[in-house]
Amino acid sequence: MTNTTSSVPLLELKHVSTIVNAHTPSATKILNDLNLTIYPGDFITVLGANGAGKSTLFNVIGGNLAADEGDVLLHGDSVKQETEEQRTRFLARVFQDPKLGTAPRMSVAENLLLASHRGQRRGLHLRGLRSHMAEFKTMAASMQNNLENRLNTATGNLSGGQRQALSFLMAVESKPELLLLDEHTAALDPKTSQQLMTTTNDRIAQDHLTCLMITHRLEDALTYGNRLIVLSDGKVTYDVRGEEKKQLTKEKLFGFFDEL
Amino acid sequence: MSLITSAIGQGLLWAILGLGLFLTFRILDFPDMTVEGTFPLGAATAVALITKGMNPLLATGCAFLAGMLAGLITGLLYTKGKIPILLAGILMMTAAYSINLRIMGRANLSLLGKATLFKNNFLDSLPQYFDGVFVGMIVIIIITVLLVFFLNTDLGQAFIATGDNPTMARSIGIKTDRMTIMGLMISNGMIAMGGALVAQNNGYADVNMGIGIIVIALASIIIGEVAFGELSLSQRLVAVTLGSILYRFVLLIVLQLNFSANDLNLLSAIILALCLLLPRFRKFLHFDRLIERSVRNDQHN
Ligand SMILES: Nc1ncnc2c1ncn2[C@@H]1O[C@H](COP(=O)(O)OP(=O)(O)O)[C@@H](O)[C@H]1O
Ligand SMILES: [Mg+2]
Repeated sequence: MTNTTSSVPLLELKHVSTIVNAHTPSATKILNDLNLTIYPGDFITVLGANGAGKSTLFNVIGGNLAADEGDVLLHGDSVKQETEEQRTRFLARVFQDPKLGTAPRMSVAENLLLASHRGQRRGLHLRGLRSHMAEFKTMAASMQNNLENRLNTATGNLSGGQRQALSFLMAVESKPELLLLDEHTAALDPKTSQQLMTTTNDRIAQDHLTCLMITHRLEDALTYGNRLIVLSDGKVTYDVRGEEKKQLTKEKLFGFFDEL
Repeated sequence: MSLITSAIGQGLLWAILGLGLFLTFRILDFPDMTVEGTFPLGAATAVALITKGMNPLLATGCAFLAGMLAGLITGLLYTKGKIPILLAGILMMTAAYSINLRIMGRANLSLLGKATLFKNNFLDSLPQYFDGVFVGMIVIIIITVLLVFFLNTDLGQAFIATGDNPTMARSIGIKTDRMTIMGLMISNGMIAMGGALVAQNNGYADVNMGIGIIVIALASIIIGEVAFGELSLSQRLVAVTLGSILYRFVLLIVLQLNFSANDLNLLSAIILALCLLLPRFRKFLHFDRLIERSVRNDQHN
């Protein structure tokens, strides 16, 4: 694996707080003065108890939720004012729920074609689906779950595992600068989940993608990636990388992470 | 025979409404009540302009633009104003009623003695009711070809994805608000144009001519689906037109049973309700496979 991280940050979160129910007695900070610097080539596994704010962190990076305080910088420039749609030029996401990631009544190939234009203007040009079919077949075959034989099937008729594999392909096919995976294997049975995790890791290594992956499986968090962070109460409370991460064991992690 | 010709002509002209509504009801996946206001809006706009001496083709084009404007307003209320789509449509439909009265200056405006798209030497030489068939056929062919082209472009695919899964659409950078507004504009433009053509064919515009038209437009969509089953998206567009013609035949038969024209809305509602209930009967009879409402395009391009 060649996860060579450089020293110029790709994305920085600086003193980010998000407040829900502001101006009411039940006002709470989900993210509380959170700081995180992501370098190109980082593959960061994200751990944290339920409700720690992991998905909220992704929503702030993705522009689905505004940072009420602090700033989000891409290559040093603030992207805080950019909408979710605008941020797709550098960012791709895979959600936990297989239903969220694909258009159910469109075919697998049509979904792949849609995602190949991630973040671009879409005009009145014929879509040219046929000229992409060979490419899509190869791409789908890389997922090793028979997806390549279902290119003309409506996505709604796929198995959960195939659907999630498609969501993953759609996220990585245009090689985004930053990939966010939010428990993307959690809804699948153990075998399918393991297989998607392996292909995920291969693809990230092969394309040198920068990735944040939320997981609730300690083994996966330890096995994959060059860096591991733990979130609790809306803050990054633990952050290890490189050799130090390799030395980490499940037992040691429990010390930081006794909720699980 | 002339009754059948008339039914085909009416079916073709009203199919424009079915196709317009298809964009919102089937692709964007919501019911747009605006159409009950835009249909008479198109009729009023075209008839008022023709009586002022405008070329009928140009007047029909203006009706299209008026419909797009109504769709734009509904779209802005819905996407930017966060008003639920049903309410946004009802607001625009209600407003359109007064606007239509303003445009015509009265409740009913005749085209007697004026030029229309249905009056020229060639059409006059055809047997009775063939003018409707001829004009309807040309308009439907043009619209269907344009829609099939549009839905097969990158923009059209983004539009379809918006209706199919807005969360996913946004996550790959599709501006779903814009797609929704665009869909409402095209849809209402088409429906207003349908109103302009129906008014010219009938020889008048009436401020109440929009009542119940959403049911008629839906009927052509649903009848097409019930009659032809699983189809690709392009084929489904054609099925809407055939469904619209079938609907006219059903009406023709029912009207033979001594119902009056006043019963039309009741009959339309009953026909539509029966078609909507049909899949349930089929299920009951163990024909379990429901009609798959595909938005997949043909795979050949
Ligand atoms: N829109 C919201 N309004 C109120 N509370 C919210 C909202 N979104 C998330 N929360 C709360 O914020 C906390 C963090 O949520 P989340 O980021 O989804 O946690 P995680 O993904 O780590 O399980 C939870 O306690 C959740 O209930
Ligand atoms: Mg979560």
